[in-house]
Amino acid sequence: MSAQLEIFTLNFSQHELLIALREWLALEFNLHSLESLFSFSLNNAYDPARHQYNATRIWEQVLKARPDSHHKLLVLTEYDLFIPVLTFVFGEAQLGGRAGIVSICRLLESFYGLPPNPDILFQRLRKEVVHELGHLYGLRHCYMPFCVMGPSTNVERVDAKEWKFCPECLETFARARNDLALRLGFPSVK
Amino acid sequence: MAPNDVSILVVDDERAVRDSLYGWFTEDGYEVDTAVDAQEALTKLRQRSFDLALLDIKLPGMDGMELQQRIREVDPELPVIMITAYASIETAVKALKSGAFDYVTKPFDPDNLSRLVRNAIRQKQLARENVRLREKISDLTAGDQLIGESEAMQKVRELIKTVAATDSTVVIHGESGTGKELVARAIHHHSDRRFFPIVDVNCGALAESILESELFGHEKGAFTGAHQTRKGKLEIADGGTLFLDEIASISMKTQVELLRVLETKQFTRVGGNKIITSDFRVICATNKNLEAAVAEGTFREDLYYRINVFSIYLPPLRERRSDIPLLANHFLKTYALAMNKPIREISPEALDILVRYEWPGNVRELENAIERAMVVGTPPAIRPEDLPMSLERSVSSDHDALAEVEKRHIAHVLDKYGWNISHAAHALKIDRVTLYNKIKRYGLQRP
Repeated sequence: MSAQLEIFTLNFSQHELLIALREWLALEFNLHSLESLFSFSLNNAYDPARHQYNATRIWEQVLKARPDSHHKLLVLTEYDLFIPVLTFVFGEAQLGGRAGIVSICRLLESFYGLPPNPDILFQRLRKEVVHELGHLYGLRHCYMPFCVMGPSTNVERVDAKEWKFCPECLETFARARNDLALRLGFPSVK
Repeated sequence: MAPNDVSILVVDDERAVRDSLYGWFTEDGYEVDTAVDAQEALTKLRQRSFDLALLDIKLPGMDGMELQQRIREVDPELPVIMITAYASIETAVKALKSGAFDYVTKPFDPDNLSRLVRNAIRQKQLARENVRLREKISDLTAGDQLIGESEAMQKVRELIKTVAATDSTVVIHGESGTGKELVARAIHHHSDRRFFPIVDVNCGALAESILESELFGHEKGAFTGAHQTRKGKLEIADGGTLFLDEIASISMKTQVELLRVLETKQFTRVGGNKIITSDFRVICATNKNLEAAVAEGTFREDLYYRINVFSIYLPPLRERRSDIPLLANHFLKTYALAMNKPIREISPEALDILVRYEWPGNVRELENAIERAMVVGTPPAIRPEDLPMSLERSVSSDHDALAEVEKRHIAHVLDKYGWNISHAAHALKIDRVTLYNKIKRYGLQRP
């Protein structure tokens, strides 16, 4: 099975978490991934006044570096991310595009002054990764209770939703993946 | 609340802000458009409507505050959220005083922004729903359902108001289907008796003996089948209005009894001897010439003079053709609602046929024609083939042609100014009220 997702890490030390995530994506979504090394330039991404990194300026770099890739491109980082109008974002992705980013900075219990909890971190990370993948496959925010495509405007909302799509979003997600696979001449995705 | 079909306009000269908000709201499922300055924003607002606008307070040229004032002229109901670079009480107060829904300071907390946008849109939806419900309630409870702005109808309205303030007996003359019952109801609605019932009796539809029983009531056992005592319409109308339709068709015998009741307001039930007193006002209607009936000896002269205190003539529809678009659109809305059918308008060709037709059955025939068209027609508009009549009985006049020219010109000007009433009225050199009246009269609808 060829990979469908290329993962890039940026200041990301949680390798066990990454392995667990990749295995889980393969198991639950039949979404196979590969991990790639990439040298990011952070000069124009870091905002010294905010002590944060511009999410868009980071994923744009991998998009530029892989102009002909058929994979979805996802950056994982521990840096705190923002987009110009918002105080922070957990992640960002091109709607129906190829590249996105997820930060675990505000998914960590320690960010809220609580003791570290790897289980909670994994639960949150997989939700945010599936959420951004949903955007990459063209899904918008969903207001069905518990759907993973519900907006992530704070960590409580991340915890409140599930990692699963609601039936309607699941159908859209599966159709988008199949359409892409067929376009690229791959067997359809189950 | 799913944000389906909700549109947001973002006005900011900073590209990063526009792009970020565009992306954020698009992911949220909103339809988003952006503008770099006030001019572009106003152009877009004139072209289409939005559900919410986010304006940067500092814009090149016209600033956000001034833009907000201009937006009020284009779309007074549009909620506006002001974007400020730094939080200051002075800016916030200024924004809120100038009518903004709220303000946000850059950068926004995502949770606050989502909540604020949801609340602003919800408020607009509630305000819109409120207006719609008020209109619906007003329609349901309106006593005066007379439709028409023609000179003839304006005169009828004036007469209604004049006579409603008195307790005089009224005779309404007019052909069948002209809406005599509506005039009677309008008089009752405007009178001091409006909190009491208006009771109608269709004198032409009832045989003499039944009409007697209907009017005066009967005692138990008064005649075969009178198993219970029953109040008559004269008694039920106590405090209110008695509407006697087709008064010319009452038999001579009943006319005598009616005359006595009208003079004394006292009567006995059929088969009874107890005198009952009832305080009611009488409104009669007829499609016959009562004077001729008196001359022919089919209508009592004393009753004629007793009821003919104040008379109102209701013109046939062919004498007030300018009211046809208004009436037709009123019936269209009524039946669209009743049938739950999304037919929203009448095509210009169909309206032309309606305006030219002679309407021997008057407004009732027009209502039936629209009802039939609503049954056989398909959305979004009533077309000529949906109408039951042809142009065979149609007439045309210079007046109609002139009205048509005026209607088209007004429609053209309204379209040109994006249905901005102030601008269109200014261009037409008429005041806003006159323009509103003409829009109503010609049945013009915003596209």
